[in-house]
Amino acid sequence: MSATAETAIENTHSDEHHGPAKGIARWLFTTNHKDIGSMYLWFSFIMFLLGGCMALTIRAELFQPGLQLIEPEFFNQMTTLHGLIMVFGAVMPAFVGLANWMIPLMVGAPDMALPRMNNWSFWILPFAFSLLVSTLFMEGGAPNFGWTFYAPLSTTYAPDTVTYFIFGVHMMGISSIMGAINVIATILNMRAPGMTLMKMPLFVWTWLITAFLLIAVMPVLAGVVTMMLMDVHFGTSFFNAAGGGDPVLFQHIFWFFGHPEVYIMILPAFGVVSQIIPTFSRKPLFGYHSMVYAVGSIAILSFIVWAHHMFTVGMPLFGELFFMYATMLIAVPTGVKVFNWIATMFRGSLTFETPMLFSIAFVVLFTIGGFSGLMLAIAPSDFQYHDTYFVVAHFHYVLVPGAIFGIFAAVYYWLPKWCGRMYSEALGKWHFWLSFVGMNLAFFPMHFLGLAGMPRRIPDYALQFADFNQISTVGAFMFGSTQLLFLYLVIKAIRSGEPATDQVWESAEGLEWTIPSPAPYHTFSTPPEVK
Amino acid sequence: MSAESSYYVPSQSRWPIVASVGLFLTFVGAGSVMNASSAGESTGLSWLMFFSGALLMAYMLFGWFGHVIQESRAGMYSTQMDRSFRWGMSWFIFSEVMFFAAFFGALFYVRVFAVPWLGGDGSNASTGELLWPEFEATWPLLSNPSPELFPGPTATIDPWHLPLVNTILLIASSVTVTFAHHALKDGKRAALKAWLFATIALGLVFLFFQGEEYVVAYNTLDLTLDSGIYGTTFFLLTGFHGAHVTLGTLMLIIMFFRVQKGHFDKENHFAFEATSWYWHFVDVVWLGLFVVIYVI
Repeated sequence: MSATAETAIENTHSDEHHGPAKGIARWLFTTNHKDIGSMYLWFSFIMFLLGGCMALTIRAELFQPGLQLIEPEFFNQMTTLHGLIMVFGAVMPAFVGLANWMIPLMVGAPDMALPRMNNWSFWILPFAFSLLVSTLFMEGGAPNFGWTFYAPLSTTYAPDTVTYFIFGVHMMGISSIMGAINVIATILNMRAPGMTLMKMPLFVWTWLITAFLLIAVMPVLAGVVTMMLMDVHFGTSFFNAAGGGDPVLFQHIFWFFGHPEVYIMILPAFGVVSQIIPTFSRKPLFGYHSMVYAVGSIAILSFIVWAHHMFTVGMPLFGELFFMYATMLIAVPTGVKVFNWIATMFRGSLTFETPMLFSIAFVVLFTIGGFSGLMLAIAPSDFQYHDTYFVVAHFHYVLVPGAIFGIFAAVYYWLPKWCGRMYSEALGKWHFWLSFVGMNLAFFPMHFLGLAGMPRRIPDYALQFADFNQISTVGAFMFGSTQLLFLYLVIKAIRSGEPATDQVWESAEGLEWTIPSPAPYHTFSTPPEVK
Repeated sequence: MSAESSYYVPSQSRWPIVASVGLFLTFVGAGSVMNASSAGESTGLSWLMFFSGALLMAYMLFGWFGHVIQESRAGMYSTQMDRSFRWGMSWFIFSEVMFFAAFFGALFYVRVFAVPWLGGDGSNASTGELLWPEFEATWPLLSNPSPELFPGPTATIDPWHLPLVNTILLIASSVTVTFAHHALKDGKRAALKAWLFATIALGLVFLFFQGEEYVVAYNTLDLTLDSGIYGTTFFLLTGFHGAHVTLGTLMLIIMFFRVQKGHFDKENHFAFEATSWYWHFVDVVWLGLFVVIYVI
């Protein structure tokens, strides 16, 4: 992967190539992948804080047994919106923002393949989430059926606002599908001469496969919410056994979307970590080819494991066994990736700048999440763990130190390229260690709570769970408030950080490091030659 | 991936934000129409919102596509740009395939698992006994588990009359659109117009017959959206297919007008080709529907 550029900076200026427009028009009408990437990233951070406030509301209520702060009805709305906002508003848009910024720079393209559609993909999101959040203030309250919106909770027993929830999900889906089409077209069609598929940086590879997953499953999500809409308003009986339908049908279709969706949220983070670990180990990535094949295998397997989310609904024994073994198979390619990251670090000359700290924490803590996933994959054990805090602990371990740490690592790694300035390494390390400790305090005790039998999505609990819940709440507030430090240090870097060099990191490789820092408004208008 | 001269990166565009506002108004309008009518409230304002959104979307589509057509005819697009459009359309059609897959999957699940289980099949003998002991699992499902809540249809559509005719019409239209494409590539404009017109006519007749079938279903067979799972899957699958045929026919009509205006030449006619891809896609979906909805 020695992608070197012959022509680093383009200097041709034709009519279409101009600097950014002034004022709000720049952001509303832009077709520039860097502008759109920045908007995605800022939007996702705002959603991260909003979804985080909802999480803290939940944790505050759970600080003590009994009902203290909020009504159970509102608690349900918080768990629902927290999940939806974090999945569709924070994690996914953050990775799309990184894709927008970095894929054209990494493959030597002048922009995304379809720049106007790119703008539309972004601008749908603020409208979609305004609609979703506005349901909080409507009669009957916001959706309260959990982010997985199982029927009949989300159909027969849903508040009226479920209709707006459905249309909001449709908007997010349209945005995601268009964004994914753009990513695929860019990667397949816009690579610089000489950039063969097997020379692509792993971040590009993981995004290619993520985009494929998005196009394959977002329409299925659109299908299942459409069925809900028909059941709620037009008298159909998809999820109503009285008419011959089946509520379990909902779960099958939802998780056919939902399981690939969790890989959509983690594969780009795999890509980020695969960029960062070699740089700070000063060694090429160990096993590049096996990394690509592992991501491909994970993606294919993700389509045949969905029912491991529903072992307790009463599937035939054959189904339980099939989905159990298929799920365990995923540990093989995932193990390949973890061992490759470790082998990359082995005997490297390591330094521990903030992106590297987040990446190492990613490898360790994501593996914990992976192992608890294996425990949940064992059908007979899952009968015990199902719908307990153990599940909450598991998926927060893959999403927080997995997806979110991956995003943090990427921001620290590429921020100097984006804004031409370095962040404060001291503040970055503070951010890392406070996040690391806070996050483990918040989520590790949940394993014990779950194993002891505390159910999820309940505002009250038995007295013996109080200690672990208090630790968890303290950790959550620690992790949450630390993110304000992150906001501060990013703004400080943008306004007054030390100027960054073009290569930024001592042994960073790839086309993105051959252009100036900050990256000019238009890059690679003439494609570079990759050898 | 060959070294192209320069990839056209468009300057700023106002269409995406117009589209976002339009989509928002359309969806919120549609949602509040549904909520208001389910609650028995007045829907006037909601309809206004819906239609203003839909108008804005139509304005956007004309403006945006018009702009792209101008750029294309001004020769601003390279062959690399052409490939971006081709990838874009291919993956869009793939996303449509997956949308239909969700509904086909639901039908499969209902027929193979849900309905037999409700009838006590497999290890579900007590389910059948406890929930609706009178229920017998059959397909087509004419008597639902709870006939009080969901009165079933009296009969289903005979596949060997209208649906068979419609199958022949759609297959014929796939052939005619291919003839039109060959005529375009051979530079025979008169033949192109004739075959394109024939395709549009076949599409419209198909839609008319689908409408006719729905009228029969509602008026004489009691086969409705709320007649249980048979009607549910029947109307959702054929309905979404019909909506896609309508969209495809609109695209063909627009192609027809563009041909009349002298657009397209032997080499550059991707809009036409994309439309024909889409048309073949709705045709293939129909073949699947004809088999699993009507015949078996």
